[in-house]
Amino acid sequence: MNLLQLIKLALRGIIDNKMRSFLTMLGIIIGVSSVIALVSFASGATSQVTSQLEGMGSNILNVNLMGRGTKSDFTYQEAMNLKNPYISAIAPTVNTGMTVKFMAKTYSTGITGTNPDYFTINDREMQSGRSITEADLDSRARVAVLGTETAKELGMLNPVGETIKLEGNNFTIIGLLASKGSSMMGSQDDMVIVPITTAQRLFRTGAIRSITVQASSEGSVESAKALLEAELKHITGDEDSFNVFDQTELLDTVRQSTSVMTMMLGGIAGISLLVGGIGIMNIMLVTVTERTREIGIRKAIGAKKKDILTQFLIESSVLSGLGGVIGIGVGFALSKILSSVANFPTKTTPLTVGISFGFALLVGIVFGIYPANRAAKLNPIDALHYE
Amino acid sequence: MIHIEDMSKIYRMGKVEVRALDGVSIDIAEGEFVAITGPSGSGKSTFMHLLGCLDTPTSGTYMLNGGEISKLKQDKLAEIRNREIGFVFQEFNLLPRMTAAENVELPLIYRGMPASERRKRCAEALERVGLADRINHKPIEMSGGQQQRVAIARAIVGQPNIILADEPTGNLDSHSAHEIMDMLKEFNEAGRTVILITHDMSIANEAKRIVHILDGKILRDEVVA
Repeated sequence: MNLLQLIKLALRGIIDNKMRSFLTMLGIIIGVSSVIALVSFASGATSQVTSQLEGMGSNILNVNLMGRGTKSDFTYQEAMNLKNPYISAIAPTVNTGMTVKFMAKTYSTGITGTNPDYFTINDREMQSGRSITEADLDSRARVAVLGTETAKELGMLNPVGETIKLEGNNFTIIGLLASKGSSMMGSQDDMVIVPITTAQRLFRTGAIRSITVQASSEGSVESAKALLEAELKHITGDEDSFNVFDQTELLDTVRQSTSVMTMMLGGIAGISLLVGGIGIMNIMLVTVTERTREIGIRKAIGAKKKDILTQFLIESSVLSGLGGVIGIGVGFALSKILSSVANFPTKTTPLTVGISFGFALLVGIVFGIYPANRAAKLNPIDALHYE
Repeated sequence: MIHIEDMSKIYRMGKVEVRALDGVSIDIAEGEFVAITGPSGSGKSTFMHLLGCLDTPTSGTYMLNGGEISKLKQDKLAEIRNREIGFVFQEFNLLPRMTAAENVELPLIYRGMPASERRKRCAEALERVGLADRINHKPIEMSGGQQQRVAIARAIVGQPNIILADEPTGNLDSHSAHEIMDMLKEFNEAGRTVILITHDMSIANEAKRIVHILDGKILRDEVVA
């Protein structure tokens, strides 16, 4: 019997038993669709996170002082002195949360004190107005740059030139940052940036523990890092009192953990495929018993073991294959839904679809072997007289 | 064509040995019309299974067309059944989900015949049993007599030398039974060997030779007509 006829025959059997076939396929449908949806979701998340990290620039180093040892923090000048030939920009920062007041409105957000390099390093452009200059730092000017979200929260239409209050001190808004969206570090549009010298006075502390550094090129990241570490060790005298972190390291960590997450999600969904396979085996055993007489007739008129075996194997494969196809459709729909819920694009690759469908088919064949073999081994007389 | 010598079939039921067939010897020549009769439990069903290559004997020789078949494996027996024997059963034994044509086609499919030839032969066979207009009907849409005629078409479609009919009229009214017997006679006249298994003497009397079986042994072997 040729393959096409066997597939037709199997399809007819499936249509004749719609409800049963659907319930049997449900396991495979759930398995395939959850593999596709979850893996798409996970790889979407991975590429989202990595593209954000890459957007932050791979030639950026973060220096953090842990506040241990003899030298636990830096002054602005000390921080600036860390600059070495491989470094093109250096931005010490101080951060604190504060309540911002504009007219009658108040809003709590993070205040960042920093220098002009900050804008270069973080690739921040101005939507309007100007950014902070060295002159602002020298004069400890009471000026501020706002993120778009902060401006919106404070109900400002044209922020530049307006005056806000930080702990009772008036600050003139000189610029509005161009929107950059949110990252995994939170919104990048909800912030107030002031000159670092002003911030140190406002916060009543000169201590700097966080410095962002940009290497002159990606190739010089390593050298810049090595020199920084040597210098920091020299100054603090303790290797454990500081930490120089570069983005590629972070990227690797993130990639590793997300690929573990993808594999785990895929694996869990794969288990439901396996359960679906058991469902197929169960129903195929029932089918073989029900159709014992048919098997007897076929054998009597000349069907060989191989013929019966392929017939039932094709049936279980068609069941799982059809379930797989439906599962792919459901999986696509699910990942679309997940994507709109999670607010980022999920990534469905042909590989994911191919692997999950292939696995479904394999499950159908593997779990079909036992029932099919049982059918093929039936004795024609016993089968013919089965009631 | 059929040469059987001292053939026995022994079933074991626990500790009891049942000799369903006990040292039977018989020769059936090509073109004969033989009825095998006996009461139920006489061993005629076992004999039919062995004749039809559905089962293998415990001991003895079964030569079919000069070839020894009593020691063959299942798949080899399937091949012989497919080419040499056409079965007609009491319960028709058609596949319920398939049309008449698909049922008739089945032996040719297992023979590996190309589709165009299959269809031609299948139409011819259904024509010969007078069901050319029922090609696409399923068994439930047909009367018992019609179903048995489909089964006959299936038995003859592969042009086997032997038609083995096991109580072919057992489930039919007398009119349909007559039709079926006429058909079997017709095939016999066309030169085919027909072996009829029945307990009904009025049916058996239509054959040219009657073999009586009792307690697994041939009691009488007589030529009628």
